[in-house]
Amino acid sequence: MPRSLAYLIVLALLATGAGLAFASLDMNWNWAVVWEYRAAFWQGWWMTVGLSLAALVASSLIGVVAAVMMRSRFALAQAAARVYVELVRGTPLLVQLLIGWYVIAAALRAGTDQRYLVGVLVLSLFSGAYMTEIFRSGLDAIPKTQLDSARAIGLTPWQSLRLVVLPQAVRIVLPSVAGQLVSLVKDSSLLSVISIAEFTFAARNVNSATYSTLESYLPLAAGYLALTLPLSALSRWLERRFRYEAA
Amino acid sequence: MKLVVHGLVQRFDDPRGGRATTVLDGLELVTGDIQALVLVGPSGGGKSTLLRILAGLDVPVAGSVAFDGVPLPRDEAALRGYRRTVGTVFQAYNLFPHLSAMQNLLLPLVHVHGLSASEARDRVREPLERFGLAAHAHKRPAELSGGQKQRIAILRALVVRPRRLFLDEPTSALDPEMTGEVLEMIGELKAAGTQFVLVTHEMGFARGVADEIAFIADGTVAAHAATGEFLDRTPDPRIRAFLDRTLHA
Repeated sequence: MPRSLAYLIVLALLATGAGLAFASLDMNWNWAVVWEYRAAFWQGWWMTVGLSLAALVASSLIGVVAAVMMRSRFALAQAAARVYVELVRGTPLLVQLLIGWYVIAAALRAGTDQRYLVGVLVLSLFSGAYMTEIFRSGLDAIPKTQLDSARAIGLTPWQSLRLVVLPQAVRIVLPSVAGQLVSLVKDSSLLSVISIAEFTFAARNVNSATYSTLESYLPLAAGYLALTLPLSALSRWLERRFRYEAA
Repeated sequence: MKLVVHGLVQRFDDPRGGRATTVLDGLELVTGDIQALVLVGPSGGGKSTLLRILAGLDVPVAGSVAFDGVPLPRDEAALRGYRRTVGTVFQAYNLFPHLSAMQNLLLPLVHVHGLSASEARDRVREPLERFGLAAHAHKRPAELSGGQKQRIAILRALVVRPRRLFLDEPTSALDPEMTGEVLEMIGELKAAGTQFVLVTHEMGFARGVADEIAFIADGTVAAHAATGEFLDRTPDPRIRAFLDRTLHA
């Protein structure tokens, strides 16, 4: 069976099931009133795109730095990175956001207009902990014999990192990083709890203004899919593009 | 080359904090002015450890090594300078898997020896042809056979025009046919005048290329002589047993 046909069948079955479920609800759809709020959705969606991009860059940087710290000879650096990763991965993002904004930012006398900065920062630290483990496993996957070989031909430590270790580690971690980005986009929805006007915040506002719950939240799902599906496709493409057997 | 090794000691710490293992135990070795030295001996006897020190990859705990009267340095920066003047070939090839065979050859030329990309390509073209590897130059290591990988690895060590090569069991990961390819290549290097130190289990091959053979066991040189003398007249029964096993295997 051709793959496109298989996808069509699966999607058709899904649509039928969803259609039957919604039909049984006897819904009174009210798309017109929600349509009035399209500008709010649009703005929120772009805010989510912006926040995700900022957190994407920041969390990658945090991940690289913490992964290198974890492999460092200095016990203090190792311990700091390990505690960071375990604390962040072991607690809900919701709690981190609330503490970040209502405790830490408040103690630092942050103004209300700085909530976006704080939001991106907390989200980056959250996602950065997962990035750290991804990068660490990538670095660990490079056999010690590669470093031997790099030293044998006379490369400096910096050259062997740049020419030998990183190019191989990046290929190994790319699919996982792309997967982590998908999570990051969805996790950004929690920023709404500290009143950041992103996509989910917009949908909640529309819902409370119109009492049209599904009409508010179904576009939300579609909007996130519009971001995450291309990322998944990118991840699969990268996986194929950079696949080679270890030799 | 004339190699003088004096009082060489190497120990490795137990990662779990136990007692350190002594791998080289006051090893002494003085060769004549020769072209090819072959190190043989039982596994775990210390011959690969010795080769890594000779190649400037590890620093011994104590003792000294000198080639042609020039002692090996002990600090990492000076050792890196030394490693740039020699070539090392490992048992497991250690090619860079993310680069093609050609890029593996170009990397040290461009990034360590300062050649331009086109100068480097000019330099590797002829050796690739000579060893029948030109058709495989665009392939990644994963697409090459073991013998091809090892021959590329030898070329990578060779194209920087090293003073000498260090080869650590270059054929022990290969099946007999590929072993033949690689040994033939080393034989050609010997005929071309290349100096090398070779660790091997191929005693028949050692007979053909070695000027001197040293038998390393328990961290010391148990026997050392010119090749013919070593193979025919070694009295040590342990070495005789080793030779009988490996020569007729």
